[in-house]
Amino acid sequence: MDLGVLAQYIMNGLMLGMMYALVAVGFTLFFGVLDIIKFSHGDVVTVGAFAALATFVSLRSAGIVSSPLLLLVMVTVALVAMAALGMLIARYLVLPLRTAPALNTLLITLMLGTVLRESVRLFYPQGANPKPFPALLPSSSINIGQFNLRLDNAIMLAAGVLVIVGLQFLLNRTKLGLAIRAVAQDEETARTMGINFTAIVLVTFAIGSALAAFAGIMNGLYYNEINFGMGLYLGVIGFAAAIIGGLGSIYGAILGGFLFAALQTIGAVALPFASAYKDVFAFTVIIMFMAWRPTGLIQEKISERV
Amino acid sequence: MAQAGQTSRASLLPGIAALVLATGYLIALLAVEKQPLIIGLLAFGIAAVLAANWFGWLDPVSRSFADREDRLGCFAILAAFVVAVFFREDHFVLLLFVTVLLYVVATLGLNIQFGYAGVLNFAGASFFGIGAYTSAVLNTYTAIPHLLVLLIGGLLAALIGSLLLLPVLRTRGHYAALVTIAFALLLKTFLEVNDVLGGPQGMQVKPMNLFGWSFNDNIHIGSVELSFYFSYFVVSMVLLVGAFILVRRLERSWIGLNLDALRLDETAASCFGLDIARWKITAFLIGNFLIGIAGALFGMVGSFVAPNNYTFADSLILVSILLLGGIGNPWGLVVATFIVVVVPEKLQTIQEYRFLLYSVLVIAVLLFRPEGLLPRPVRSYFPGWRP
Repeated sequence: MDLGVLAQYIMNGLMLGMMYALVAVGFTLFFGVLDIIKFSHGDVVTVGAFAALATFVSLRSAGIVSSPLLLLVMVTVALVAMAALGMLIARYLVLPLRTAPALNTLLITLMLGTVLRESVRLFYPQGANPKPFPALLPSSSINIGQFNLRLDNAIMLAAGVLVIVGLQFLLNRTKLGLAIRAVAQDEETARTMGINFTAIVLVTFAIGSALAAFAGIMNGLYYNEINFGMGLYLGVIGFAAAIIGGLGSIYGAILGGFLFAALQTIGAVALPFASAYKDVFAFTVIIMFMAWRPTGLIQEKISERV
Repeated sequence: MAQAGQTSRASLLPGIAALVLATGYLIALLAVEKQPLIIGLLAFGIAAVLAANWFGWLDPVSRSFADREDRLGCFAILAAFVVAVFFREDHFVLLLFVTVLLYVVATLGLNIQFGYAGVLNFAGASFFGIGAYTSAVLNTYTAIPHLLVLLIGGLLAALIGSLLLLPVLRTRGHYAALVTIAFALLLKTFLEVNDVLGGPQGMQVKPMNLFGWSFNDNIHIGSVELSFYFSYFVVSMVLLVGAFILVRRLERSWIGLNLDALRLDETAASCFGLDIARWKITAFLIGNFLIGIAGALFGMVGSFVAPNNYTFADSLILVSILLLGGIGNPWGLVVATFIVVVVPEKLQTIQEYRFLLYSVLVIAVLLFRPEGLLPRPVRSYFPGWRP
């Protein structure tokens, strides 16, 4: 295999990894502050992508044609809308069930995921069919040897890195981040230090859901197509990625996302039948991984108080 | 005290009355075709149940079911036959009825996993699908007797399920849920891309043939003609009764007690010497076996299998039935399955919206009545005994 093709595969892997990492970070943030898994997270990705698409369609019909402006408004609307959705979910579905058995939270978020998925399918015009997503980024490419670096991919990758660096800055260098980390470490102590627990949880859900919307738009721009079921797959893979890195750790989630993408890309190259069985391979890897290391590469320390 | 125990044994009458009313209502609901009438009938049913609850008429019914379960079970079988005979010529209604029965069998299996052992399984529809595909493949390529095919369907579902045993045993809660969800997605994509199994188009299934009697012919008894689905109804009913008795006996036995202990507190259970892994495996395998058998028969009844019938959303429907009915209560499952399967079939307007509606309904149930419509009663070892 020549170098150009190899570079192409690496680029694909990086793009996939960035999307997985963004979704995984959401899972790990929610788990950090509330010790719950929000299974509807993947479907927030879908709703985010569709919100962006709807914004695009309405702006287009209003006569705006400038690509950068369209993209900017789309991203803003989708991020804000999903942040609001995330807060609503946390406020009315997740927080009221804090004292209920863990199974109930699990089921409620699973069912909520179905509600979101089905709402997109039923209420978005022809939502049951895959929708073309506009290519708004410059589509020119630079040839480096045999490797064809597409500009839109490079921009998306850079944007993803920026988002992750920004999140990192927010969590480690700001007062809000300090509060989030405090709640994640110990809810009660954080409360006694005067941190508004509910507000921090809501903000965390807003951040995580906005990241999901970002991942959804990235997915749309990368594949030029979105469908109502894509979030389910992204959600399962993102959750698995978060587990691989150890739930609760941001770096672990990012690492897990890229690791999973690497595995998938290698699988697609190395196994002859893999192109058709791409998803089968991915889910087999998840199941086998869960059997091998049930709580991630960096194992969770289990000590149960009875 | 012994005498008090005798006299407090509830009478059969409320249970029989409830069964008669339910049968009459069901026949009316299934017979009506006009949409406004169906909506009216459904509204009437909801109002009647709420009113009965308001007047306290439901308590004697549940007491009578709790005390005289065996007797009332026989009457319930009789009621099912009355409904089936009433619709003897109507293919569609009988197919619907058979679907309900087989879904009940599948949810009974799921109930052993979720309700008793607390093992999560979000791939119920996948194991159902494994059973259905088994009958599709075996009926097409081999001449294995069809009763044996049903058995093989169940065994295969249990066998494939056992591939998940290691991850399921090593994980808990959310992690275990992830494993089964991943399996549900895996199986569906596998069926879609596998050409041997028909790909996205699926496969035809040959109808059942018992001892040389083909199930695809209508039955003639004298001048009376029965729909060919009637034979499927009889087989499904036998299967359901068997599964129901199995689950009931299992619950009442020390195995059920072990499973309950396991669900309520794993650590405490293992402190008392219960082998956690052993009982989890038992529950998972028996559950998948029941789901697989139901699926195998369902494949023959529907005479067609396709990946789209066994998606993650369908698995969630099975879980919804379980939650609506009240986890752990087989009678609740029967009621919930009728609601979940029959209502969207009759009310064409909501057919398309059923996944959405049931998810919202389950969220509401979890928020406001987490124990389900018919909560599981305390296990009663002595009929008529009250604490």
